[in-house]
Amino acid sequence: MKKEIVVCRCEEVTLEEIRQWINRGYDSFDELKRVLRVGMGPCQGRGCRDIILKEIARAKGVPVSEVPVGTFRPPAKPVKLGILAEGGDK
Amino acid sequence: MTWKNKAEAVVIGGGIQGVSTAYHLAKMGMKDVVLLEKGTVCSGSTGRCGAGIRAQWGLEMNCRFGLACVDRFEHLHEELGMDVGLNQGGYLMVAYEEGEYNQLLANMALQNRLGIDTHIVDYDEAKEICPGLAAEDAVGFTFNARDGHADPFLTTFAFQEAAKRLGVTIHKYTECTGIRVADDHVVGVDTNRGSIDAPVVVNAAGGYSQFVAKMAGLEIPNYSERHEILITEPVEPGVCPPMLMSFSGNYYIQQRPHGSIIGGCSPEGHPADFQLGNSWDFLEHMSKTFTKLLPRTKGVRVVRQWSGLYNMTPDRAPIMGEADAIKGFFLTCGYSGHGFMFGPVSGDLMAQLILTGKTSIDIDPLHYRRFAEGKLLIEPAVV
Ligand SMILES: Cc1cc2nc3c(=O)[nH]c(=O)nc-3n(C[C@H](O)[C@H](O)[C@H](O)COP(=O)(O)OP(=O)(O)OC[C@H]3O[C@@H](n4cnc5c(N)ncnc54)[C@H](O)[C@@H]3O)c2cc1C
Ligand code: FES
Repeated sequence: MKKEIVVCRCEEVTLEEIRQWINRGYDSFDELKRVLRVGMGPCQGRGCRDIILKEIARAKGVPVSEVPVGTFRPPAKPVKLGILAEGGDK
Repeated sequence: MTWKNKAEAVVIGGGIQGVSTAYHLAKMGMKDVVLLEKGTVCSGSTGRCGAGIRAQWGLEMNCRFGLACVDRFEHLHEELGMDVGLNQGGYLMVAYEEGEYNQLLANMALQNRLGIDTHIVDYDEAKEICPGLAAEDAVGFTFNARDGHADPFLTTFAFQEAAKRLGVTIHKYTECTGIRVADDHVVGVDTNRGSIDAPVVVNAAGGYSQFVAKMAGLEIPNYSERHEILITEPVEPGVCPPMLMSFSGNYYIQQRPHGSIIGGCSPEGHPADFQLGNSWDFLEHMSKTFTKLLPRTKGVRVVRQWSGLYNMTPDRAPIMGEADAIKGFFLTCGYSGHGFMFGPVSGDLMAQLILTGKTSIDIDPLHYRRFAEGKLLIEPAVV
């Protein structure tokens, strides 16, 4: 019996899926993000980025410090539309 | 990936256009197709787009294109063996001005004649299609249920995986730096990793296509405009099932299958500085649009905003065709805000043109010579 290891909890992506796509050549965080949605969940990758970077490093045989961490997109803290919409009426 | 310095065709650009063209060339029998992408596949406009797909257009050619695209998207999953995230919630067009509504009606008459089932809906019906909608100020609506959107990443990667299976070589982190021409014929490309001899070179470089054209000595009038977009946290499905789109309202808004709502508009000032930043102005403007149109979204959080390039031409229609004085140099670029949806079909047409000289939809009007001849293709239905 094989146990499923979920790496990205927000998007429910398993270690096996991540390894599969790395093998197909999607060996950077941004490429894995695009194909598997890892890092796009509510936590924006806080919960899964490090594990995935380690996995990429392992597959490529390089130190983790050499794996680009991928793009961060604002806002870093989610803000409500209603609050943003009022921003102009000072 | 090993480097071969000869190919039957080199495609420059790993967005939907380049990947679809490469796939179709291989599918039609070309053995040695090489695709060059300076970054990673789908890192350009394609991976940044709203990914809407529609047949509701105002020019006959675009209607034919749009309908062919909807047909094609409905079967892509089977053809490519991978889910492309197609979601057909329809496009609900919203007109706030009398003239705009009349244009929608004229477009609809044309669409109906071409076999596209667009129809008028009243405000009550519009609210049935989009339960949280607030548009008392709208004059009228049209709706086509087969319009929708797909996942731009999955679509491009599905083409990429299928292309690889057919033997296409894809080089990422490989930038085309020069195009070699001899006796009015393209003979190859130079890159940061070496050169490749090829009798066919395709310019599918999206926002950078004008620079790639120049490498071959060809001037095209394309320029690139930054467009911004945002996405919310996922909320329960059904908040915005169709794509809401308005030309005078200047918006497109749609809910993804996993619940996030995505929205964008045409930028003020039309920034063309190749920066891909995010502005507070956009965030505030778009939040106002969202909360007015879908009041239920007031408590929904924005989780990301980003921007991408629209590669523009003087009439906002793409350039498709072979360069006049450089045989073997093909262009498929300038798709402004609708290059994602056209991709599956335009890549097919490009491959037909390259391999047979004929295409199943007439694309001759899309040649860049139209600009010199003054035969512009002005489309009334674009944001
Ligand atoms: C915010 C936004 C919303 C949009 N919404 C929609 C929509 O709802 N529906 C729709 O159909 N379209 C939409 N679009 C438009 C759509 O994204 C584009 O028309 C389409 O993606 C263009 O595809 P492409 O393959 O031509 O370009 P790209 O995806 O940009 O691909 C071109 C590639 O070429 C590469 N490249 C450039 N120069 C070189 C070089 N010298 N060597 C090697 N590689 C190079 C780039 O890195 C890039 O990856 C939207 C665009 C934006 C920005
Ligand atoms: S755990 Fe991967 S995005 Fe939250």
